[in-house]
Amino acid sequence: MKLQKSTSLALFSILEFAANPGRQLSAAEIAEKYGASTHHLAKVLRELGRAGLVESARGVGGGYRFSGNARRLTLMDVIELFEDISTRTGESDEFDDSSEVGRALGAVMTEVDEIAKATFRSITVDTMLKLIERQRRALADAGNPPAT
Amino acid sequence: MSTPQAQSPAAQELRVRQAEASDLGQVIAIDAEVTGLEKTDYWYELFHRYGGGRTRQRLFLVAEYGDAIQGFIIGEIRDWEFGSAPCGWVYGLSVRNSARLAGVGARMLDAICDGFRHAGVHKVRTLLGRDNSLVLSFFRSQGMMAAPFIPLEKDLD
Repeated sequence: MKLQKSTSLALFSILEFAANPGRQLSAAEIAEKYGASTHHLAKVLRELGRAGLVESARGVGGGYRFSGNARRLTLMDVIELFEDISTRTGESDEFDDSSEVGRALGAVMTEVDEIAKATFRSITVDTMLKLIERQRRALADAGNPPAT
Repeated sequence: MSTPQAQSPAAQELRVRQAEASDLGQVIAIDAEVTGLEKTDYWYELFHRYGGGRTRQRLFLVAEYGDAIQGFIIGEIRDWEFGSAPCGWVYGLSVRNSARLAGVGARMLDAICDGFRHAGVHKVRTLLGRDNSLVLSFFRSQGMMAAPFIPLEKDLD
């Protein structure tokens, strides 16, 4: 399962905002960090704003901040704002089901997709922040400086 | 069956201990509340095998607040299944609806993990339906990640 660029940017943004709940971040800061265009990211942030997950502040030092519930919001909740993967099946995406081989390969891809969807549904933003922190500590323990 | 009124448990006053025979009525009620099925015989048989701290390999714990059981957790150590080194398995966890979001599940999971460590294992696993998002999310929130196993099944004709 491959996510669209907008979806990936939305996930990056939500996790950046949720990790810094008291700080406003500009679209330009996030765009630069993740190698995206500010224009593209602004569109993503507008969609997140419409969903009530981020709110913007105007004026000097204005930017965006997280306004969702990190313990309830799952990765799937964010993904579904940008693409409908809940009904996606391997059969329709990858293989022509007009042949026996295509149908069998499609069944395998469906298995893969179902596991991916269950994973996205089970992981909240709060859980992701804990995972990021564990990885940061593990890197530090191994003597590697954390990536920003 | 006695079903003491549950109260929201304060984390510091919650006690996690080995299940006793006298707890079974409340355990059965909590399970019935969550699953919609009252499986009395199943729970008495399970207590016979796992309860009372008979062995370090099998753990049946309850979380108690006041005189009410708020939840239970069951697990065991499994050795060398398909070549897997001994590890702890959690195969039952439930929390009374009125006691949710108060850290009861986390306290019970910590306690059973302590039991597994005490028995000499350093890995804990569980297995859930992939549509059980609520409990999957709980285990994920406790730091559990996908294991290097794939569950398989087939229809038996």
